[in-house]
Amino acid sequence: MTERAVSMPSGPQPAVAAPLLEVDDLHVQFFTREGIARAVDGVSFHLHAGEVLGLVGESGCGKSVTSLGVLGLVPDPPGRIVRGRITFRGRDLLSLPEGELRKVRGNDIAMVFQDPMASLTPYITVGKQIAEVVQLHRNLSRAAAHDEVVRLLGMVGIADGRDRFDAYPHEFSGGMRQRVMIAMALACDPAVLIADEPTSSLDVTIQAQILDLIATLRAKVGTAVLLISHDMGVVAGLTDRVAVMYAGRIVEEAPTAQLYANPQHPYTRGLLRAVPRLDRRGPVEPIPGRPPRPLAVPGGCPFRPRCGLAHEPCAGAYPPSVQLTDGHHAACWALEGRR
Amino acid sequence: MSDVISSWTQLSDPAPGDGPHRRAPAIGPLAEGWQRFVRNRVAVAGGVVVLVMALGAVTAPLIAEYVVGIGPNDQDLVLGPQPPLTRSVDSSLAQDGSGRARLHLFGTDTLGRDLFVRVLYGARISLFVGLLATLLSVLVGVTYGAVSGYYGGWVDGLMMRFVDILFSLPYLLFVIMLMVFLGHRPWVLFIALGAVQWLTMSRVVRGQIMTLKKRQFVEAARATGVREFTIIFQHLVPNTIGPIVVYATLTMPVVMLAEAFLSFIGLGIQPPDASWGSLAAEGAATMDLFPWLITFPGLALAATLLSLNFLGDGLRDAFDPHREGP
Repeated sequence: MTERAVSMPSGPQPAVAAPLLEVDDLHVQFFTREGIARAVDGVSFHLHAGEVLGLVGESGCGKSVTSLGVLGLVPDPPGRIVRGRITFRGRDLLSLPEGELRKVRGNDIAMVFQDPMASLTPYITVGKQIAEVVQLHRNLSRAAAHDEVVRLLGMVGIADGRDRFDAYPHEFSGGMRQRVMIAMALACDPAVLIADEPTSSLDVTIQAQILDLIATLRAKVGTAVLLISHDMGVVAGLTDRVAVMYAGRIVEEAPTAQLYANPQHPYTRGLLRAVPRLDRRGPVEPIPGRPPRPLAVPGGCPFRPRCGLAHEPCAGAYPPSVQLTDGHHAACWALEGRR
Repeated sequence: MSDVISSWTQLSDPAPGDGPHRRAPAIGPLAEGWQRFVRNRVAVAGGVVVLVMALGAVTAPLIAEYVVGIGPNDQDLVLGPQPPLTRSVDSSLAQDGSGRARLHLFGTDTLGRDLFVRVLYGARISLFVGLLATLLSVLVGVTYGAVSGYYGGWVDGLMMRFVDILFSLPYLLFVIMLMVFLGHRPWVLFIALGAVQWLTMSRVVRGQIMTLKKRQFVEAARATGVREFTIIFQHLVPNTIGPIVVYATLTMPVVMLAEAFLSFIGLGIQPPDASWGSLAAEGAATMDLFPWLITFPGLALAATLLSLNFLGDGLRDAFDPHREGP
């Protein structure tokens, strides 16, 4: 753990080393009664060691399914990964047998879920649930695992871990439970932490505490984080790079500062205009309409019905991704001329 | 004015941690259910009756030897059938005048055997068969239902169609066939009864697991690399413990009634052993002459079944997962 913590500076890595996690052309489809839902439709991104990548977009655009896909947890049936590659430390996760994949889950790649109230098994004490993960991946005795749990609880700001070990989840508040979930996720010093909307079901004050906690621990442990959120404010404060998803695809990706200063895709601009800001007067502008249902994504550019810049080519084919500057690309026909 | 403001800021100051800790001793959902159960008097009374019966069954040999002074199969043909509360003198000892008087609380049967002792011994068999058959049905039913419900899809389809087929068989015929093939032994009886009773249990558990497995804690457990076996039997099944306990206490009377019925028609317990069912069957033959011979075994059975039902209802109310608060 200490090696990793020392060797990983925060901030984006120079793109020399091979990325830690690479998702390439991922397609996840749900085969339902009403037809095939293309929840994730060709998503590619990469994550370097120690880096924080934000994945933003409205509800239902495939952010969570992407993260579940990385861990091989897409519910099957009805869902299935139909195409794509997920490479972690040079290994293709999709071709790993279930037993090998289980060793990756929780150990190399850990996850924090959206709703801490529902993420803990109600009939097992909090301490035992964390100890379960510790003992599963690290060869520790019961007593050592117990001490480790107390240490982990202390790390996430639950100081009286020894007393709280035997408490049941319902005795914890939402924020405390999310701390427990984070302790559980960090129990094995994972290389990648996937945080799926870790704060969206918490009070605003608690949100800030949890985000602080994630940022602090990330800096301390050096874990790379894939932060999934629909909150542009949360993403701005915590990430090195941001990828914007719409209708199952990444429509724009850029270093965080550049994306917020110079958004290129009309959807990204819309998202940013829809956030109230202190340094700008005037009303917030919501994006008209709603994202397409994954069952019926229109051909061409799926954002066309809601886009102010829509013109003829948008109805034809999906726009190609245009490289704008180093590390900044967007998929929009309006950017075609600037290729 | 500034006082008001400062009092507000004090109130909204986030506490260290995320709000007030509740320092109540760790109370599990089971303990909470127990507290609700204890408040239900009818259910507690039912539980007490069942406990007394069980205690009587366990201590039957001691009671027979030291309190009544007569075994369950000790005949006294001279005495013959006597009504309840008859006093008798041990006829084998009476010759030398040293016999001690015995009180036949429930009377004696046609062979002069003490009915109270026989009902006590009957409790041993009836409760034993009921308990073991219920345990068997719980074990098989919970495992089968949990696996079926967790995996879903075609596994579930196949497993549940098998249950449907077994359900469609006339179960008494099934039990009778098993008894005929494997012989009239008590352990065959409880296997036969348990083999039939697990079907409903498996459906109950399957339904519970199917709704529970969509909850996020299952996904969270999978995301930490927990094995599916552990997820099913440590994360999911304990959540269904309420319905399982409730259904088990409701299964036990059904099993005991089935045992009584089988013994009544001569397929269950064989003489000289006696269960409440076979005692009632013997009593029924001479019902018009010696009515107490059917009354007491029948009362014991009825009281136990009623108590078990009260107990089961009370447990269901106490452990209902949809119930909020005490």
